[in-house]
Amino acid sequence: MSEQLLDTESIEPIEKEPGRFREALHQLKKNKGAIAGLIIIAIFLFIAVFAPVIAPHDPLSQNIELRKSAPFTEGFLLGSDDLGRDLLSRIIYGGRISMIIGVVSVGIALVFGILIGVISGYYGGWLDKIIMRLIDIMLAFPYVLLTIVIVAMLGPSLTNAMIAIGISQIPRYVRMVRASVLAEKEADYVVAERSLGASNFELMFRSILPNCLAPISVQASLGVGEAILSSAALSFLGLGAQPPTPEWGLMIASSREFITSAWWIVTFPGIATLLAVLGFNLFGDGLRDMLDPKLRD
Amino acid sequence: MVRFLIKRLSLLIPTLLGVVTLVFFMIALSPGDPARVMLGERANKQQLETLRAELGLDQPLGTQYGLYLKRMVRFDFGKSIKTGRPVMEEISNLYPATIELAFFAMIFAATIGIIIGVLSATRKNTWIDFTSMVGALFGVSMPVFWLALVLIMIFSVGLDLLPTGSRMNVRYYFESITNFYVIDAIILLIREGDPKYLSSAVKHLILPSVALGTIPLAIIARVTRSSMLEVLTQDYIKTARSAGIKESRVVYRYALKNALLPVITIIGLQFGLLLSGAILTETIFAWPGLGKWLYHAIEARDYPAVQGGVIIISTTFVLINLVVDILYTLVNPKIRLQ
Amino acid sequence: MKKLLIAALVLLICFSGLVFAGGDQEEPAVKEKAQEKAQEKVTPAADDKNGGVLVFARGGDSVGLDPGRETDGESFYGCTQVFDNIVEFKPGTTEIQPALAESWDTSSDGLEFTFHLRKGVKFHDGTVFNADAVVFSLGRQLWEDHPYYNHGPWKYWGGMDMSNIVKDIIAVDNYTVKFVLHKREAPFIANLAMDFAGIVSPTAVKKYGTDFPNNPVGTGPFKFVSWKKEDSIVFEKNKDYWRRPAYLDRVILKVIPDATARYLALQKGEVDIIDFPSPEDLEEMKADPDIKVIQQAGLNVGYLAFNMDRKPFGDKRVRQALNYAINKDEIIAGVYGSAGTKAKNPLPPTMWSYNNDIVDYKYDPAMAKKLLSEAGYPDGFSTTLWAMPVSRPYNPNGRKVAEIMQAQFKKVGVLTEIVSYDWGTYLEKTDHGEHDMALLGWTGDNGDPDNFLFVLLSAAAAEIPAQNISFWRDKKFNDLIIEAKETMDVAKRTELYKKAQVIFKEEAPWLPIAHSVVSEPMMNYVMDFKLSPVGKRQFYDVWLDN
Repeated sequence: MSEQLLDTESIEPIEKEPGRFREALHQLKKNKGAIAGLIIIAIFLFIAVFAPVIAPHDPLSQNIELRKSAPFTEGFLLGSDDLGRDLLSRIIYGGRISMIIGVVSVGIALVFGILIGVISGYYGGWLDKIIMRLIDIMLAFPYVLLTIVIVAMLGPSLTNAMIAIGISQIPRYVRMVRASVLAEKEADYVVAERSLGASNFELMFRSILPNCLAPISVQASLGVGEAILSSAALSFLGLGAQPPTPEWGLMIASSREFITSAWWIVTFPGIATLLAVLGFNLFGDGLRDMLDPKLRD
Repeated sequence: MVRFLIKRLSLLIPTLLGVVTLVFFMIALSPGDPARVMLGERANKQQLETLRAELGLDQPLGTQYGLYLKRMVRFDFGKSIKTGRPVMEEISNLYPATIELAFFAMIFAATIGIIIGVLSATRKNTWIDFTSMVGALFGVSMPVFWLALVLIMIFSVGLDLLPTGSRMNVRYYFESITNFYVIDAIILLIREGDPKYLSSAVKHLILPSVALGTIPLAIIARVTRSSMLEVLTQDYIKTARSAGIKESRVVYRYALKNALLPVITIIGLQFGLLLSGAILTETIFAWPGLGKWLYHAIEARDYPAVQGGVIIISTTFVLINLVVDILYTLVNPKIRLQ
Repeated sequence: MKKLLIAALVLLICFSGLVFAGGDQEEPAVKEKAQEKAQEKVTPAADDKNGGVLVFARGGDSVGLDPGRETDGESFYGCTQVFDNIVEFKPGTTEIQPALAESWDTSSDGLEFTFHLRKGVKFHDGTVFNADAVVFSLGRQLWEDHPYYNHGPWKYWGGMDMSNIVKDIIAVDNYTVKFVLHKREAPFIANLAMDFAGIVSPTAVKKYGTDFPNNPVGTGPFKFVSWKKEDSIVFEKNKDYWRRPAYLDRVILKVIPDATARYLALQKGEVDIIDFPSPEDLEEMKADPDIKVIQQAGLNVGYLAFNMDRKPFGDKRVRQALNYAINKDEIIAGVYGSAGTKAKNPLPPTMWSYNNDIVDYKYDPAMAKKLLSEAGYPDGFSTTLWAMPVSRPYNPNGRKVAEIMQAQFKKVGVLTEIVSYDWGTYLEKTDHGEHDMALLGWTGDNGDPDNFLFVLLSAAAAEIPAQNISFWRDKKFNDLIIEAKETMDVAKRTELYKKAQVIFKEEAPWLPIAHSVVSEPMMNYVMDFKLSPVGKRQFYDVWLDN
């Protein structure tokens, strides 16, 4: 499915795309929030890719004698955790994990969301009705609850957490894509292409879909931030990443017993999470302003 | 209008049926054996089999589902595997605690959120606006459970101002009348003239409400701001201004009133979300509510309890959304016509 | 509108004023308690010891309060207050002493026990205690055709294998009860002192039916008053107790799930005693002049079991090598703190017949590597290490223990992946032998070595679902513990169990990790609280010195 998506982009850009794209780029430069977001994301991506080079220590190597060392002591910049592992290195590797979680979960949601949304909107009829009913049912569960129940069903692990978060995010893309497809389906250019003999598949993914990409990319950027938060929450409840994985939520969870004695173990992983999510939210917000001011809230 | 209501209500039934079905199969197909959890380290084969038979777990799935649906129609969620008590009874004991928490979190979020939103909108592009909106972005980017721990670290451990958790000083022994402790405490204040109950109840509410309310606060502030900005550019506002009406009167009397519609919608939707967001907050603050209970039920594979809890929360959520929807339509007849 | 905002703000400020002004009354809970105490002094307790209200903070809520039906420690904390048994553990020990029975006789073949019951005892609801109540309380767990059998499942009764031990329970007369056994069973009398054999009021069971666990009625030192789910249970003094009445007027069991939060509540004087403190906080508590910490070696053992049905753990050299590879000092320092001691035997040191002559495998990675080479694994191997998801008395943090072990095994070339499930699944999968190595443990419940060695290491316990999750089936070991089970003479049994422990050490089916020390931090004014080796929390003797 994702391959097909890539294909559609590489073959022939829709005529009005370049202009819009340049325009967007121009606007991006003006939008300070988006730039700030982009910079934060870039930093975290850099850290994620080069974690082994940047991290001063092995995130798993223990030194029980040096447990709970304060920041700037014993060679630990941000202090050490309860097993004497370097907190900074764990946070750096945690960044890698969180980036993966964000991308994979949103990837799952995007692939299925777009596929289902396009089909539902394009074909309409009873298929559309059934799909929308199912989506309504999924939306009847509050988001947090849905992820928890799905992970409980699949069993606690990082992979399952990503799947659960991905599934929980599907409905929003289905709705968004379906609405766009419905709006574009009868547009002149689609009707024209159809009369020229374009297949359903071509019409769906090559003609109509690219026109919905703007709202989708906004939602995807915000979705990555949300996925990082959700996975931290699941790990905090013991339903996500398992030890000794340096996942931020898990690190916060295991720090609970140190709130009286070692504030740094609680504080720093939370700040890292906050910053990463902030980056995606800033960027998503900025993107929304640029692409379509009317989409705001 | 009546037809619209009937239509909306009739759509509710398949949704709820879907919820009930989905919950059943998700839970029935998940790994883990409730009998095993109940018996703990000391179980033998014969005991396990007996217990499974008693719980109906040895029946085919279809039969289990049929029986389950029959019970659901009567709002009978069965008995908790863990405690042997009716699930409905446990829920009705615990739900008030969660609603009380969500309610106060929402009061906090709505009051502060609207104030911030209005201030930002009327002072667009000033430092107030900038700080508030960056603050709001921080608010939605924060892990709630982390915020809760930091709040405890600062206000309970560091400054020793507020309790770390639970709903009331345990030494204040009293029979709860409504299960909403603030209401109970007010009754006691009137009846006995002793403010300690109210004081304790409110103090215990502050930290969890702030933790739970932060995300909705940020969202409400943003929505209020953008809604206000839109209204402030409308013609009638311009007219009012040119007529020489005082600016504060324009803002609060005319603009805010009209800008509140989308804000109220968001408040409604967020309230529904708070009920499930409370799972994390309650776990951290030892708040004896539905969220914490549901989390333990999931851990213990207490099927009937999980089913009951999830269905109740989802139903509340759906109903709140429906009410918000209907209210919105009533106020805004344009939508109805579409 | 602006006025409205201002009004709201003013209201908010006034309100917060009220809240924090009220705070002055709340914070020094001790002071307020002192006032309550002043009132109590009007009716002085027996030997002039102060009563009052005691708040005990613990990690979880009780499931129910029917002693026969429950299995978890949190439920028994409640049951212990309300119910008595016919015999009981002498407080602070595992010795058996008379309780509702004044004395008992044993037939010469060891198959009949006759109990002579105390007269003039009443249940909290006024029902008279007699032989029928005993037959009712235990009979409902034994006979499948008993009208209240279906109020079970009687899991603990089953877990102790009582249905295969007890043949019949007979009320000989109003105050005499006879137990007839199927077989000679040395630990039987200790079983009767366990919580599940608590004597319930037959009238109350009939009255409340399946709701009895919410309305427990026994003969114990405290009466049940009320229960706020997930929050607190309140008990009050039974003034008509058959012994001297308790000193405390009221006992409140309060749920605070997080260990550090419990400690904070104790610091603030919100509670008087806390259960299961985090080992991380213990040193700080001991240094606090307002807090004292009572400790006692727990009757428990936490271990790592090697699944001998799986490769390469069938090889004794591998099991020994892994024993050499672990530095228990690091585990103690990293997880148990001052709340645990290293384990070398499957029995805890406080248990009679503990073999102290046994020498533990010392920490020796070189030796471990050598043994692994001999076994054909010079470069080590890869395997799974299962970690319990929950905090148990014998292992406060299974996942953290696993993390430390993982790092240590890696040093001798054994690469492990940590596997964890929710608690129920974990138990199910381990008892089906799906693990390679798994962390687990045991808390003794009747003070008999049989309760450890037979239950956890016998060949019989290696049948699926197994409690012997090493699946160790050693003929010599097995014969010794079965002989000991059927022997009544304690000296003889001690000798047999000591021999069994030698075999255990040599064969190394487990890596015994630690025995945890049970710690109970409390305010200085809490007097005469004794920890029980079998994990009970009793408040009968407790009084408050303030």
